[in-house]
Amino acid sequence: MPTTPLPRGVAIIGAGMSKFGAFPEKNSRDLFVEAYKDLLTSVDKGFDPRQIESFYLGNFSSDLFEHQAHLAPLLADAVGLTPIPAARVENACASGATALRQGIMAIASGMANAVLVGGAEKMTNLPTADVTDTLAAAADMAFEISAGFTFPGLYASMATAYMAKYGMKPEHLMTVAIKNHENGALNPNAQFGVTIARWMEGRIAAAIKKGKPAPTWQNVMDFLHDDAANPMIAWPLRLFDCSPITDGAAALLLVAADRAKDYTDSPIYLIGSGQASGAALHDRPELTELPAVRHAAAQAYQMAGVTARDIRIAEVHDCFTIAEILATEDLGFFAPGEGFRAAEDGVTARDGSKPINTSGGLKSKGHPVGASGVAQAVEIFKQMRGQAGARQVNGDIPLALTHNVGATGSTCLVHIYERKD
Amino acid sequence: MTPDQPSRPFTAASFNQYLAEGKLMASRCEGCGAVHLPPRAICPACHSANLQWQEESDSAALLAFTVIYVAPSAQIAQGYGREKPYISGIVQTASGQKISARIQGFDPFKPESIQIGAALQRVSDSPALTYQVVTKA
Repeated sequence: MPTTPLPRGVAIIGAGMSKFGAFPEKNSRDLFVEAYKDLLTSVDKGFDPRQIESFYLGNFSSDLFEHQAHLAPLLADAVGLTPIPAARVENACASGATALRQGIMAIASGMANAVLVGGAEKMTNLPTADVTDTLAAAADMAFEISAGFTFPGLYASMATAYMAKYGMKPEHLMTVAIKNHENGALNPNAQFGVTIARWMEGRIAAAIKKGKPAPTWQNVMDFLHDDAANPMIAWPLRLFDCSPITDGAAALLLVAADRAKDYTDSPIYLIGSGQASGAALHDRPELTELPAVRHAAAQAYQMAGVTARDIRIAEVHDCFTIAEILATEDLGFFAPGEGFRAAEDGVTARDGSKPINTSGGLKSKGHPVGASGVAQAVEIFKQMRGQAGARQVNGDIPLALTHNVGATGSTCLVHIYERKD
Repeated sequence: MTPDQPSRPFTAASFNQYLAEGKLMASRCEGCGAVHLPPRAICPACHSANLQWQEESDSAALLAFTVIYVAPSAQIAQGYGREKPYISGIVQTASGQKISARIQGFDPFKPESIQIGAALQRVSDSPALTYQVVTKA
């Protein structure tokens, strides 16, 4: 894999997203138009859309979710960009970062000077059982789903293997959910932008208002242990360990680095990109590691000439709470078996030494699968430029990272971002 | 562990056909000796396509598991769900191969009592790959 610096520099000059949530009246095209409009207003010195030469879209399954295939030209047309080339890329939940990597390659190769990268997914049209089936199709239908596995079930199996190996308890997983909801509560675009404590208080208030007996939860952990309030999905993962079903879109504008200052005084440079593939979970040497993440991270670090220690903040793929713990280990932030301790000790909190998922992550912000990898970069763009509002981390962010995973690690992309001014 | 006739293609359909006949079959690379379960048509270790079928031991150990409450449509149709959760897991056969399977014999409502490493025996008459916990006599 190429791990030398990009032959031609690439910069992000604009980033936008739709609100994430459940929007019965909006399809993926409507959501992408929102993200695109948000993107254009984010370009400090303005940008003429006629300069965009190519469009890459991350989308997992508009075919099954909304019976609409061939989505990329449809979205390009919706924002007035035909006849530029448009292509949809699919890598399950890593579709978004895969689209980003296509955009980087288009500019780095010299084939384009300005590229639009998008991600979109409209998931809430279908009933939950059909969404479960659609997501499960990203795993191996012949040898994983045939064994009764669901997506939460596969990640839950990684959790039981990790618990047996390192002594983690389900309560440690809950600390990840609590932390990400605290961040998401400060993100106006988040689907569930509320702390779990506020959520619990809301449930108590609603019960009292209806004249029902008030629940007797003493604290958030008490609430999270309640099978009625926080039902089991796939033991040990409960509802609050799982990212939600979400409608949403996100968009990035990439240009050649040597032109970036024409559009903004503070571009964010993409200096590392890694991508790797992996076998099914049962075919891996260790069930507590995702080899594709380790390969993608090694490529990205080497290309960027930096190490895990240099990364100030990261958006990681917390489709499930266990996934965030494994990610922080596979990315080299913490040693194997220490990720859950770091979460418990607040190291990954917004005011910790290694803030993870300041956006709220997939858990609280929402997980419109094809959009998630792009939305991670939107958060990094805002944080690195000091534009993240109430959830802005303290101090400069010279280097940041995103980590986007497809299925249980059949695909992983890692990107590294630099602010140079 | 008897070598079988190499007549069947190395496909999921062949694997399932063997299962229906009561056999758990892996592929073995004639080039480097690597064994693959689930079976493969090309050896990922040496890239040889010269393979043989090889029967796997029915004894295994539990490596990882989950109890599924929110089930896929196929399992909902069989009556599974929140009131009747079921166990799926990853097992390691006696010869060291790993595969996903249904797991029987544990109480799904007492997941804390399920031990990683527990000894399992394959249920040979099940159409889906299924293992039963070995209870101590």
